Amino acid sequence: MTAVRVLFLLLGVVAVGSALLVVTTRRVVHAALWLVVTLGALAGCYLLLTAELVAWVQVLIYVGAVVVLLVFALMLTRSPTAPVADLTTANAWFAGIVAVAVAGVVGTTLVAGFRGEVIDLAGASIGGAEAIGTAVFATWVLPFEVLSVLLLAALVGAIVLSTARARRRDREGIHDGVHDGEGSG
Amino acid sequence: MPLLYPLLVSTLLFAIGVYGVLARRNAILVLMGVELMLNAVNLNLVAFDTWHGDGLRSGQVLTLFVITIAAAEIGLGLAIVLRLFRLRAHVDVDRVRDLADREGAGPPEDVMVADEWADGADHARDLVDGSAERMGGGEHVDGADQARSTQPAGSGGQG
Repeated sequence: MTAVRVLFLLLGVVAVGSALLVVTTRRVVHAALWLVVTLGALAGCYLLLTAELVAWVQVLIYVGAVVVLLVFALMLTRSPTAPVADLTTANAWFAGIVAVAVAGVVGTTLVAGFRGEVIDLAGASIGGAEAIGTAVFATWVLPFEVLSVLLLAALVGAIVLSTARARRRDREGIHDGVHDGEGSG
Repeated sequence: MPLLYPLLVSTLLFAIGVYGVLARRNAILVLMGVELMLNAVNLNLVAFDTWHGDGLRSGQVLTLFVITIAAAEIGLGLAIVLRLFRLRAHVDVDRVRDLADREGAGPPEDVMVADEWADGADHARDLVDGSAERMGGGEHVDGADQARSTQPAGSGGQG
């Protein structure tokens, strides 16, 4: 039990430390790579908390897909790999105050509310693929299907946003054809 | 394991994400801050699910839903960021101040691709044409022509 505790604390320190590097590093690409470390450490935390399927989904979706998307976006926006001086605003001190206030308020609330509570990891059932799959398709079917509609909407939205110029050219071509027809007739 | 361990880790992650969203200037780094906050919430959900131990697995299922929504959000967010980059040739959120409420605010200085703005005029013309034709009939055709003649002269030479 203490081994799990020590391991969780180590993973938590890794996650928080690399998250700090994500928001403070001066190299844009390094921020994406430190984000990989944070997300991987969090996947380890999920494993220790018996959420096995969530851990693998985290690795697949976040480390696999989201970070690759972010790196692609960095590439497409021609972000420099050299250190950038003005990557944070001049008002970063205020952002720091807000962040410390958030941490203080939320942390105080959680400590006041849940001090002394213990997670019974030995008695918890493992949230593997079978257990989570049964829960999703027995109880949470409706939100699951709604979520698929949301993903479709996001897909269509991303396509519309990224191909607006090409569609405009097509439309102009058709439009000019109609215009010429009117002129001749 | 004490419940406070994951809760405090997630609190710190959330605060760091808040700092990232507020302090970073690059729009992609802002999105990374959003991802950090979402992950903090996920850790909270998993911790409370294991602690509570209900048979419905509500916390872990909700975590999967949040991960899905985060993937949709990052896809749309990056599409918007790339569109911003195509328009301005930078993704610096501090310099995107078109909607700022200032006295005597002129047009934005750093617009690179000027004809993107003509998009709006074209689109408005299309809308006018379309509505005129849809309201239909021959008597509105000259109205549509009039609307077409008010289009900016610069876009007439295209095509």
